[in-house]
Amino acid sequence: MEQLLYVAELVMNGLMTGVMYALVALGFVLIFKASGVFNYSQGVLALFAALTLVGIQNGQIPFAHLINAMFGTNLHSFGWTVPSVLAILLTAGVMVLLALAIEKLVLRHLVGQEPIILFMATIGLAYFLEGFGDVMWGADVKTLDVGLPQGISDTAEAWTAQLTGYGFFIDRLDIWAAIVATALVAALVAFSQFTKQGRAMRAVADDHQAALSVGISLQFIWIMVWSIAGFVALVAGIMWGTKSGVQFSLSLIALKALPVLMLGGFTSIPGAIVGGLIIGVGEKLFEFFVGPMIGGATETWFAYVLALIFLVFRPQGLFGERIIERV
Amino acid sequence: MKLRFAAAVAAAMMAAGPAMADLLVPHLSYRTGPYAGNGNQYADGFNDYFTLINERDGGIGGEKILTPECETAYNTEKGVECYEANKSEAALLYNPMSTGITYQLIPKVAADEKVLYTPGYGRTSAKNGDVFKWVFNAPANYWDGASVAIKYLLDENGGSLEGKKIALIYHNSAYGKEPIRTLQDLSEKHGFTLTELPVDPPGQEQKSQWLQIRREKPDYVIMWGWGVMNQAAIQEAANIRFPMENFIGIWWSGGEVDVQPAGAAADGYKSLTFNGVGTDYPFYDDLKTHVIDPGKASGGGQFVGSAVYSRGVYAALIIGEAISKAQELAGTPQINAAQLRDGFEALDISEERMAELGLPGFGQPIQLSCENHGGAGMARLQQWDADTGTWSLITDFIQPDAEVLDPLIAEDSAAYAAEAGITPRCG
Repeated sequence: MEQLLYVAELVMNGLMTGVMYALVALGFVLIFKASGVFNYSQGVLALFAALTLVGIQNGQIPFAHLINAMFGTNLHSFGWTVPSVLAILLTAGVMVLLALAIEKLVLRHLVGQEPIILFMATIGLAYFLEGFGDVMWGADVKTLDVGLPQGISDTAEAWTAQLTGYGFFIDRLDIWAAIVATALVAALVAFSQFTKQGRAMRAVADDHQAALSVGISLQFIWIMVWSIAGFVALVAGIMWGTKSGVQFSLSLIALKALPVLMLGGFTSIPGAIVGGLIIGVGEKLFEFFVGPMIGGATETWFAYVLALIFLVFRPQGLFGERIIERV
Repeated sequence: MKLRFAAAVAAAMMAAGPAMADLLVPHLSYRTGPYAGNGNQYADGFNDYFTLINERDGGIGGEKILTPECETAYNTEKGVECYEANKSEAALLYNPMSTGITYQLIPKVAADEKVLYTPGYGRTSAKNGDVFKWVFNAPANYWDGASVAIKYLLDENGGSLEGKKIALIYHNSAYGKEPIRTLQDLSEKHGFTLTELPVDPPGQEQKSQWLQIRREKPDYVIMWGWGVMNQAAIQEAANIRFPMENFIGIWWSGGEVDVQPAGAAADGYKSLTFNGVGTDYPFYDDLKTHVIDPGKASGGGQFVGSAVYSRGVYAALIIGEAISKAQELAGTPQINAAQLRDGFEALDISEERMAELGLPGFGQPIQLSCENHGGAGMARLQQWDADTGTWSLITDFIQPDAEVLDPLIAEDSAAYAAEAGITPRCG
């Protein structure tokens, strides 16, 4: 019985972890839906957003190291701190500016190009943003605190203990992540289904040239989508950054999103969530049941194996659109 | 015009390269990538020590020490590329700050006759100088660390760990796997149960491992982590309310950046260390005068005095002392790598010498020889005080258990000698 309850606890935590993965996957889906581009730089966008948020919160002077090295100054901080909500809003503003810059400097020049060309451009963008973030805010590990609670939920523990005799561990940060992810998905689905801009976004995804011919501004759509993806990256960056500090490895959470996308489908917002949940639960159960027999640390590769198994039976993912091309 | 341009480029390249009279210690560092948060601090400490020596003393024996950096990003392939790119006649020593890179370089330095210095990391059995002629890992290695952690726990438990449960949570890499064999032998000797919990790098997601810890309730958790794995583990330990005073990290899991993200919840966390912490040493007065105030501090002096920065300083100090000893033995300040190796084997850093260097009590006395490339292997424990944001040393230096470690080192180095066709040389 105790074993069963522990498995139930693992499943609960797997679901919560899946939500954290889904938060990253959402950004990929948005850009893929709108432009047919797999945005390799989504993880780096999350890192850049989190770095910017901490920098703004702490009143850090951007490019201080560069300025000091060039002019022999000793600048580090403006000497003020910014409240979390305002800092988040300002960071969202920076992400919009970044989207503008990406559209103007990269995407505009690649209209009508093959998706692989756009994909390669996002690889370049990822490397550029990694370095740019380092130079702008420094490579040291930063503590992010926007007031989100962390640690075991006493309520959940007491409630499950009363119900089953075994108090479950559920992280309060994960509960918040689940709430935020639900709200985000609801808003994004509503936006893409029921608004003019959302429909235009989907039209652009189907065919750039056709969308242009009916008067949809590709420029506007791309800026809008990259801004939204930047905001989603900010949310993911906040959640993961709160968990383990803001540092370069935050960009590697993108690797966790890839199997989620393969499983859920690259074009489906609900698919990102469902894919995240399946990966989250699957990797925890596999680690528990099979991990000890093969030396453990199975979570990273198991997610990909699971996604590949799904691909064999459903190449477009669970919720992806089946693309039929006739010769 | 073209000729003038070519001449200008050539002149600039010559000016940028090391002067013939300088001593060259290529610095394989990582300031980018997932481990940049730690790599930056170590690299700054390493650079600042030599900057101080160059600025204050005019170098060692009148020779300035040059430490041109090559970025490895803690990536083994890049580390090997850095080694090859910086492998010149003048290059004396490499300190790659990565166990993975170290394993790749061990056969290379033997062939190229360069010194490989891996303080507190790398291949543990390289302590056996009889087999590993070009590799040094003083003042302590991973097996020393594992043994010191267990000895500390023995002290805490009245000399017995019989029936206790200890979990090892480790970075699933060459580095993280190093202490397993030692801990297994120690568990047999002392009667504790060892649970091994690997975490795939970089290690942001560790929920499965910590749920298992919550369920199995080990008495102690020992961690071999690096980078984000440390921060995530300390946060997860706090999340499940694991008592922080029963959570002990290896020295690479004992930086300020490892505990700060968890805030007050990290209070009481312990880690091993083989170097002093903080800036309360006369050395830092000189550093301020000659390096920080004139604006010559590496990375702007942001990390001066941090635990990992201090370890970079300590590594540079030991290399500096070996250079000095090599110059003395060779009778010339212009030494080569073979002479530096001789200097390492004759290294003798006493407590008095540490005091002369402005770092009294900062490190243990180090005496190396042909057979012993690893020193006494002692370490001490430090504990994090979240209120003051400082580490406090809570023990003196603890001697590792030679009875368990010596046979392991002999066995592992003998296996390497057989594999690489090495004949023991010390006699």
